[in-house]
Amino acid sequence: MGGIWQRAHVPSLAWLGVALLLIIFPPWLAGGYRIFQFTFVVIYLIAILGLNIVTGYNGQFSLGHGAFFAVGAYVTGALMFHAGAPYWATIPLAGLTAGVVGFLFAIPALRLSGLYLALATLALAISVPQILKKWESVTGGVQGLVLTKPHSPIGALTSDQWLFYFTAVVALALYIAAWVVLRSSVGRAFVAIRDNEVAAEAAGIPIARFKTLAFGMSAFYAGVAGSLSAFVVAYVAPDSFDFLLSLNLVVGMVVGGTGTIVGPALGAVFIEFLPSYSQDVSRAAPGVVEGVVLVLFMYLMPTGVAGFVATAGRKALSLVRRRTADHAAAGPVTPTLADQEPRAGPGEGG
Amino acid sequence: MREFAQLLIAGLSTGAIYASLALALVLIYQSTEVVNFAQGEMAMFSTFIAWELIDKGMPFWAAFALTLALAFFGGVTIERVIIRPVEKASVLTIVIVTVGLLLIFNNLAGGIWGFQLKTFPSPFPSGTWQVSGVVISQQSVGVFGVALLVMALLAVFFRFTALGLAMRATAMNREPAELMGIHTTWMLALGWGLAAVVGATAGVLVAPIVFLDPNMMQGLLLFAFAGATLGGFESPGGAVLGGLLVGVAQAMIGNYVSFIGTDLSLTVAMAIIVLVLVFKPTGLFGQAAARRV
Repeated sequence: MGGIWQRAHVPSLAWLGVALLLIIFPPWLAGGYRIFQFTFVVIYLIAILGLNIVTGYNGQFSLGHGAFFAVGAYVTGALMFHAGAPYWATIPLAGLTAGVVGFLFAIPALRLSGLYLALATLALAISVPQILKKWESVTGGVQGLVLTKPHSPIGALTSDQWLFYFTAVVALALYIAAWVVLRSSVGRAFVAIRDNEVAAEAAGIPIARFKTLAFGMSAFYAGVAGSLSAFVVAYVAPDSFDFLLSLNLVVGMVVGGTGTIVGPALGAVFIEFLPSYSQDVSRAAPGVVEGVVLVLFMYLMPTGVAGFVATAGRKALSLVRRRTADHAAAGPVTPTLADQEPRAGPGEGG
Repeated sequence: MREFAQLLIAGLSTGAIYASLALALVLIYQSTEVVNFAQGEMAMFSTFIAWELIDKGMPFWAAFALTLALAFFGGVTIERVIIRPVEKASVLTIVIVTVGLLLIFNNLAGGIWGFQLKTFPSPFPSGTWQVSGVVISQQSVGVFGVALLVMALLAVFFRFTALGLAMRATAMNREPAELMGIHTTWMLALGWGLAAVVGATAGVLVAPIVFLDPNMMQGLLLFAFAGATLGGFESPGGAVLGGLLVGVAQAMIGNYVSFIGTDLSLTVAMAIIVLVLVFKPTGLFGQAAARRV
């Protein structure tokens, strides 16, 4: 984890630059459906970022973030459909509602560890579509709610281009917020709980407060992502929030790397574009590839692509340093700090 | 009263299927402390194999037996090849690996056999018996009987054979078992094999009722989870009882609580899981484990 961000601010600024480039250009390079896909990359990114806060940084496992995504989507959907609320105004409420639901769910979840938490959240994810179908007066039942797609307020932009910029700005704000929180004492408390709950408790960290906070915050992110998805698609229906969505988010998190802050972007690209490319092979191909990727990543790159690149980069660097040290002193080499990489991710969670 | 008895029988019959799958989960949990999220999908895959065999003209019970044998080898192979390398890794890692298996089996089945519903032949007659006015379908009795038979055979195996004893010893405390000369790694693989067999039984029994498709097991797995949680992940007997209770509860609630009906059955399963985990996390028959810090 921390490595990239604690060592210096230069890389983080570089990433910010890359992010800005990625935000400004895509809508001009790609047409219709491609932009829509880019928008979804951004939406997944927000949800995975949220999942990463609770799993990667806090070590609590959630197989049910699709449920919070659904809550956000439906708050926005219902407000737009029944009350005619403007789309942008629904986002905070959607996020907060999902956050509160997550917070409430986290209270019983506090008593559960690892496996059982995974179970309870999976159960939540599987049952959400049923609840949505049942509560027909608000959710529109099986048919869902058809929304009006937001128009672009800027004449030069199409609706799709505008929505891309809009979601990208929301994502950037949430990214910065996550970065600030995770670097603060709150973030350190999250990580301390992940690494050793007993030690964290002994050090005076109120475990219950921070675990529920992490869960609530994480659900807030998922809720905002859901809210954005509702008006980007201009339609909400129960079956788009089945538990495969939750599993997809887990896949995205694992691919990007748990406990890293660049990872979610890579994971989001993966889960958005993998289906559209491998679907040409067969309808089953994306799922098989995702499954294989999950298993292989656990074997080969437990820190995800982002963690792998960071570790490899530092290893290469230390190798270079050692070579130069050899030439200079030709004596015994003392291991550098970089050799004792703190390994993040699933390896130390749970 | 008549209605109640009928619901009870129907509930016990579906409960027996949940119980089989719950038992499969517990077998793996006991030996490797892994909750196998792919258990349902493995069962579904086995069921597709059975369907293929029957479709090719094999008699039902022969296909059933061959499927169980294949499931056994499949389970052992998965443990040896896929789970073994991450055996000592954290819970998170293992959960992710089993979730990966879930996705693989689900989509592999879809890729091979297609995603549309298939009918699966039932080995039981479709008639009914009348016992003092209570209508009992022969299908329910058959399902209940076969599920119970497989579980009873397993109980006999664990209780009365040397191999069963070795497996229990491994599950109870691995290192001493190893010092006693038990091949503990093979015992774990055997546990996965047996779990796959029980799961495949559940799949083949439920397929004639719910139709066969790659997603048939998702709901079922949730009920099995509820059963295993209710009975306690530490206790095979408890899991079986838990599965039966969940089946009966589902039938009763579905009929008597009109708001819930069948629309919210999965939500009931979720509620059972969450409530049990909050109020008695060890389940009815599990023991609280003291944790050394």
